[in-house]
Amino acid sequence: MIRYVTSRLASLIISLLVASIVIFAVIEVIPGDPASFMLGVNARPDTLAALRSEMGLDQPLIQRYFAWVTGLLQGDFGNSWTYKTPVADLINDRIWVSLPLAVYALVLSTLIAFPAGIYAASRRGSAGDVTIMGATQLGVAIPNFWFAMILVLIFAINLRWFSAGGFPGWDNPALALKSLTLPAISLALPQAAILARVMRSSLLDMLTEDFIRTARAKGLSHRQALWRHAVRNALIPVLTIIGLQFSFLLAGGIIIEQVFFLPGLGRLIFQSISARDLIVVESVVMLLVFTVIVVNFLVDMAYAIVDPRLRTKT
Amino acid sequence: MTLLTIRDLSVAINGTTILHDVNLTMQPGKVAAITGESGSGKSMTALAVMGLLPRGAVATGQIMLDGTDILQTSEPALCKMRGNTMGMVFQEPMTALNPVQTIGDQVAETILIHENTSKTAAHRRAAAMLERVGLPNDRFPLSRYPHELSGGQRQRVVIAMAIALRPKLLIADEPTTALDVTTQARILDLLRDLVREFDMGLLLITHDLAVVSDIADQVAVMQKGRVVEAAPTRQLLTDMRHPYTKALFAASTHTVYLPVRTASVPLLYAKNIVRDYPLPRKQLRGPRPHFRALDHVSFSIDHGERVGLVGESGCGKSTLTRAILGLEDVQGGQITLGGEPVFTGKKPNLTVRRKMQVVFQDPYGSFNPRHRVDRLITEPFHLLETPPTGMAREVEISKALQDVGLSQSDAKKYIHEFSGGQRQRIAIARALIIAPELIIFDEAVSALDVSVRAQVLDLIAALCRKRPLSYLFISHDLSVVRSITDRVIVMQAGKIVEQGETETVFTNPQHPYTQALLAAAPQLPELKHATEIV
Amino acid sequence: MSRSLIIGLYLTAFFITLAAVSLVWTPYDIQSLDIPNKLHRPDGTHLLGTDHFGRDILSMIMMGARTSIAVAVVAVGIGMALGVPLGLLAAARRGSLLDEIIMRGNDLVFAFPSLVIAILITAVFGASAVNAIIAIGIFNVPVFARLTRGAALPLWERDFILAARVCGKSAFRISCEHILPNITNLMIVQGTIQFSLGILAEAALSYIGLGAQPPTASWGRMLADAQTLVSIAPHTALIPGFAIVLTVLGLNLLGDGLRDWLDPRIRVVRT
Repeated sequence: MIRYVTSRLASLIISLLVASIVIFAVIEVIPGDPASFMLGVNARPDTLAALRSEMGLDQPLIQRYFAWVTGLLQGDFGNSWTYKTPVADLINDRIWVSLPLAVYALVLSTLIAFPAGIYAASRRGSAGDVTIMGATQLGVAIPNFWFAMILVLIFAINLRWFSAGGFPGWDNPALALKSLTLPAISLALPQAAILARVMRSSLLDMLTEDFIRTARAKGLSHRQALWRHAVRNALIPVLTIIGLQFSFLLAGGIIIEQVFFLPGLGRLIFQSISARDLIVVESVVMLLVFTVIVVNFLVDMAYAIVDPRLRTKT
Repeated sequence: MTLLTIRDLSVAINGTTILHDVNLTMQPGKVAAITGESGSGKSMTALAVMGLLPRGAVATGQIMLDGTDILQTSEPALCKMRGNTMGMVFQEPMTALNPVQTIGDQVAETILIHENTSKTAAHRRAAAMLERVGLPNDRFPLSRYPHELSGGQRQRVVIAMAIALRPKLLIADEPTTALDVTTQARILDLLRDLVREFDMGLLLITHDLAVVSDIADQVAVMQKGRVVEAAPTRQLLTDMRHPYTKALFAASTHTVYLPVRTASVPLLYAKNIVRDYPLPRKQLRGPRPHFRALDHVSFSIDHGERVGLVGESGCGKSTLTRAILGLEDVQGGQITLGGEPVFTGKKPNLTVRRKMQVVFQDPYGSFNPRHRVDRLITEPFHLLETPPTGMAREVEISKALQDVGLSQSDAKKYIHEFSGGQRQRIAIARALIIAPELIIFDEAVSALDVSVRAQVLDLIAALCRKRPLSYLFISHDLSVVRSITDRVIVMQAGKIVEQGETETVFTNPQHPYTQALLAAAPQLPELKHATEIV
Repeated sequence: MSRSLIIGLYLTAFFITLAAVSLVWTPYDIQSLDIPNKLHRPDGTHLLGTDHFGRDILSMIMMGARTSIAVAVVAVGIGMALGVPLGLLAAARRGSLLDEIIMRGNDLVFAFPSLVIAILITAVFGASAVNAIIAIGIFNVPVFARLTRGAALPLWERDFILAARVCGKSAFRISCEHILPNITNLMIVQGTIQFSLGILAEAALSYIGLGAQPPTASWGRMLADAQTLVSIAPHTALIPGFAIVLTVLGLNLLGDGLRDWLDPRIRVVRT
């Protein structure tokens, strides 16, 4: 177990290190002079010089990289050139929209997919299975942002159950959750369709395993064998998908935020791209990638809980 | 009182009849065996008794178990009977247990599902039952997971699960087929003891006639879904009626006649071979531990010599094969073929390679399913400097196919069009096409039914008569090795414990391990009637 | 052939035909604006109506199909061309440092969803269809590399590979002769699925302005344009959406149908 955790932990640290180098290289090395890139060709020399020293461009590359990473580790993401405020503050304002949205969507997706997948697998070939599989086939094909537009059209514009966009802040949690509900649904349903399909096929694979036959020979009914023996084993591939989905939900959230005018990381990143504020883009991308890598690490840990073979093997 | 009566049982799956009017009767406290080759319907009969026939199966007739007709019983009622009135043990212990549940939970589940008892009580009884099947709690606590146990130990867990509630009938479907011969002997002993102690009936499904004659009180021989002959074991062994039964027993005791071997010039020479596999580090520092798969192995094979290699799984047989074939390097010693080293770094030495070929065990995995037979068997031509082309190639192909009893027209077929026995013939054709000096048969007949196995062994003997072959015949089956080799090597845990003339070793084994192996292998009694018809 | 295969074939063929026809003919020129006729509902003159500039939506859909298919095909092509050899190499050198590096590299790329890659590229190079292709293509590389390695590893343990090694064949030759033909079906099926995902990704990137730029027509941008008009002219939002859904659905059905037809044991990865 300790070996497993250490090796995953090492892999986590290496991934973060390499990811940070890649991001740093793309943002600060490829453009040549990031400062003149950010300010455009008509920039005044004194502004340019100010930005250069702000970004530390007079220092060697290696030193700049280490300064950036040590800053990140201490929660110092630098200062935004356009907003003239610390990037950390900007992120702190927005992450409390993006992260809850992703988690909300993940919870919804799992809550929908597990029962649907298990039901479809346990009644393979039945009308219910066919219906669920048809619905998931459709769900997989629907772009979430278009689905979001349809939801707005139906529930905000026609039925007026929800507001079409905006976010009231967390002062009133119920209201905040309500304003995140349509975005979360539009993110979650297509992902739930994928997850339900994986759950179903993984379960069907498990149901052909010898140990299910053994369980049946012990006197378990088909349902009991499914619930007690197949589901936990089927979770192993499902966990992988859930881990991957989190990164898709986080990234997909950036798009959905556009549909619902939510003040999240997506809005921040698009505004920064159009303002060419590379400092903000760099930090937000690093944060997104960091989250994905950490979530993958957590999924690896979850494997070890589900699968005892991982605890003793390497 | 009769425990189990099967009357006119027929089973059809999606319209195809699998079982035809099967009849069988057995008493409590007795062992009834159903035997036959693959596809005979013996496992289907067992599943029918458990009420676990696959989807789409329609069964007619009657299966009376302890006064209940299984075929007329509802699924919920069957669930109450399974594990309680009847239990079942399956062939593959490696996959028969849930990998993410402890053995204690899995054994206790049988009790909990049928009886209204506390979890603690169920675990206590599970512990007692595991103890009874030979897994004492101090060494095998209930918290163990299946992957921490060996195949034989897992099979004991499966048995414990099946008998936890002392069922009246235990069905065992090839319970020892996946196990080593010494483990098999111990599991059979356990089953025999349990039958006596619990006074339960054991319905044993096995293809192995030696096992049948060893343990069963009565036998039913099945062929293509029908019982062709059924009788008390002793009676059947002395007085076989049906030609299929006779043929089956004849094939099981089949001996081939090898031509006398010719001159003795050394061909393969292995000296002090050591092969280590690195294991994962236990501590972060210090040397990496190793698993020694081959421990100073030395032997030689002469030109025209037929050598057998026996040993149980994990003894180093496959590692040795790979080392001889030059596929993997060794950590110590040297293997030479015709004076040249077989392993020559990353780039294989073709002059050595072309002197060796191999025939593998699995007739289904030995061929690329996307190539035709002519391409498959000419793959060794890659080893030749000037491989034959055009007409010459066609001639070689048809000669190779005819040598193994196939026809020229088979050259353009794909491998899935052939049966297991035919595939092994094709594998032999592939091995022989460049006339190698040494052939390695790696469990080459182990996956075949007895009658097909006899034919393939005959083919090998016939090929030896045509042209002196030198081969290393690797097998876990002692009776096969005995008739097809001149000399035998016995391996245990990476070491050669004994080697010598085959007959000498079999009649007068010196090493305790060889003695144990021979003692554990179930033997068919001398069968006058069976040999007569050959 | 199964029903899903037939439906999938028809849908896919339909959209490919639309794209192909647009190369030589569209009902209207999508470059010319016709403001007086803007936001027309579908009728006889404009089968699918007009958008906020009075452009014919059917013509836009046809041109958009071209963009979608082109971006997705090239992106999947990049993914296969790089991913499959990497996966074969990793499997041939399984357990080595090289294998470890390739697989860890894959994991790392997986941490950058294509949207994040697109953001990075766009931030530095600006938005364009080419950048969308690169972003989606890069993301496809680890998908194919993992899949190839995963399918090749058990093959390497098979006896027929051992037999080929006994015949002195090199790892490269075995990979080409024995491994590749046995994973082709899997690649075809997964390729279809990635194709559909590519179409979704292109639409998403264009929707947020990181993909194809005007005047190139794109379903995603049509949706972005329609967003503020959804209450007054729902057809401008519904039609491009249906085009995406039907294309993706068609490809998915085609993939599933091909899977059942070629080899039902194939497991595709969908994320």
